[in-house]
Amino acid sequence: MIINIARKELKSLFASPMGWVVLALLQFVFGTFFLIGIDQYFQTMSGAVRPELRVGVTESVGHSLFSIASFVMLFTVPLLSMRLISEERRQQTLTFLFSAPLSLIEIVLGKFLGLVTFLTIVIAFMAAMMSSLNLWADVDFGYISANVIGLWLLVASFSALGVYVSSLTQQPVVAAILSFIILFGLLILDYFFAGDPSNTMTYLSLMHHFDPFSRGLLDTRDFAYFLLFIITFLTLTVRRLDADRLRG
Amino acid sequence: MTTLTVEASDLTRIYGGREAVRDVNFTLSKGEVLGFLGPNGAGKSTTMKMLTGNLAPSRGSVKVCGIDMIDNPKEAKALIGYLPEEPPLYKEFTVDEFLTIAARLHRVSSRHIKKAVQVAKERCGLTEMGSRLIENLSKGYKQRVGIAQAIIHNPMVVILDEPTVGLDPIQIRDIRALIKDLGGEHSVILSTHILPEVEMICDHVQIIHKGELVFNGSIDVLKNQRNSNKLLLGLSKPPSHDELLKIPGIVGVETLPTGLLRVQYAVGEAPAEQLVQAAVSNHWGLYRINPDQTTLEEVFVQLTFQDLAA
Repeated sequence: MIINIARKELKSLFASPMGWVVLALLQFVFGTFFLIGIDQYFQTMSGAVRPELRVGVTESVGHSLFSIASFVMLFTVPLLSMRLISEERRQQTLTFLFSAPLSLIEIVLGKFLGLVTFLTIVIAFMAAMMSSLNLWADVDFGYISANVIGLWLLVASFSALGVYVSSLTQQPVVAAILSFIILFGLLILDYFFAGDPSNTMTYLSLMHHFDPFSRGLLDTRDFAYFLLFIITFLTLTVRRLDADRLRG
Repeated sequence: MTTLTVEASDLTRIYGGREAVRDVNFTLSKGEVLGFLGPNGAGKSTTMKMLTGNLAPSRGSVKVCGIDMIDNPKEAKALIGYLPEEPPLYKEFTVDEFLTIAARLHRVSSRHIKKAVQVAKERCGLTEMGSRLIENLSKGYKQRVGIAQAIIHNPMVVILDEPTVGLDPIQIRDIRALIKDLGGEHSVILSTHILPEVEMICDHVQIIHKGELVFNGSIDVLKNQRNSNKLLLGLSKPPSHDELLKIPGIVGVETLPTGLLRVQYAVGEAPAEQLVQAAVSNHWGLYRINPDQTTLEEVFVQLTFQDLAA
């Protein structure tokens, strides 16, 4: 049942130009940065940098690609998640889902999964681009996987928050702006508290937990953080929809 | 044996201290068509939302084929097909795509989905429209798609909220025929404020007013209430009232502003034949005779007015 809702969401993304345009645009942006990354690698590594400071091609290209990706996703995910529930509320199609033999958890998980699947396609393209370097060089696949996992968790967290914000309003645009602001705030939280790295607020920053992944480090604490983040916002969404049924 | 498909007991819904629906009780058996009547804002839609599990009742319970909507919502919802006031349609899909999704979400097994979509389209007259985008359909066709998604999984109970709104007369006739047809194997609950519609297609009628049931019974009861032992008589050369009163069975005559005569007769009498004979033999110039029924509207107004007075 969750799969069926996810399928419906994916289908609806691709039924309008929205899905295709976003996919093409993202691929264009990431492709450009990938190219620039390789270009820079050849320029700087061919002599300007002292041998002990040189990094491998994977890290050089990967770092610029994945850090720009986390930033681009900050804009993309709210755009994709904004319609998920608010549009259904506005078109009064939520009744369709509520009257079907589905639990609220299934509805919310299905919508979340549909969005994450779409974003997984984007990340898969990036991973494929990076892996293609293996044709000419010896690519550090561990580094790539850590980055891919990190980015995937980051994007899934964005989506969970996006779904929740979308359930709060009837206006998709409001949902997009609101989730963008919240995500942006959570992302740069550690800049505000840069002077005091042990501050609890820094711990809440999404970037703070994405950094280890981008360095190629898998830490259970970061996994736990992202999973808790996702579960929290999906639970809040279920509660919000349940309030609809109770309060009407 | 008649099986109960819907049991609603003491359904109450409170919105901010105001009781939108109060203590609504009724049962529905298999194969019956129940009409839900009421003025705007009477609580029809609220009641329907509670029946379909879209709204939690403040008090009371709903059982569908014996399954409680609050304890086992998924099982109960699987037995219901619901068309809300605003047909819930995803406008970016084609009719076929949308109905396939509806079938899938309503647990139609994947082998039967194609067939179910086909059957639902045929029943609602959508066969030609399969590959059209829902966005581009006219209001009437959208309404049909709404009905199609409600019956696609062959539910025990079909609940339709104002299904004929926005349709042209021919479509209305088709939809009414469809609803009557559905009544054979499913139970149907429909709400409307078009009174003749209820008379045409429903077995049972409920009139709801200000959140309370003011009438709950078979359509025949309502029809009987309309017959009032009166005949309307049109005579071009009317005789005096006394002359008419001589005909056995007639107890009262009055002249209406339109020139017609309203003749009241005693209960159990059928004086129409004598009246016609007398009119012919006395050359009264009879041009019209018909039973003077109070319209359903009047019955409806009476019922809702009584409640106001009480």
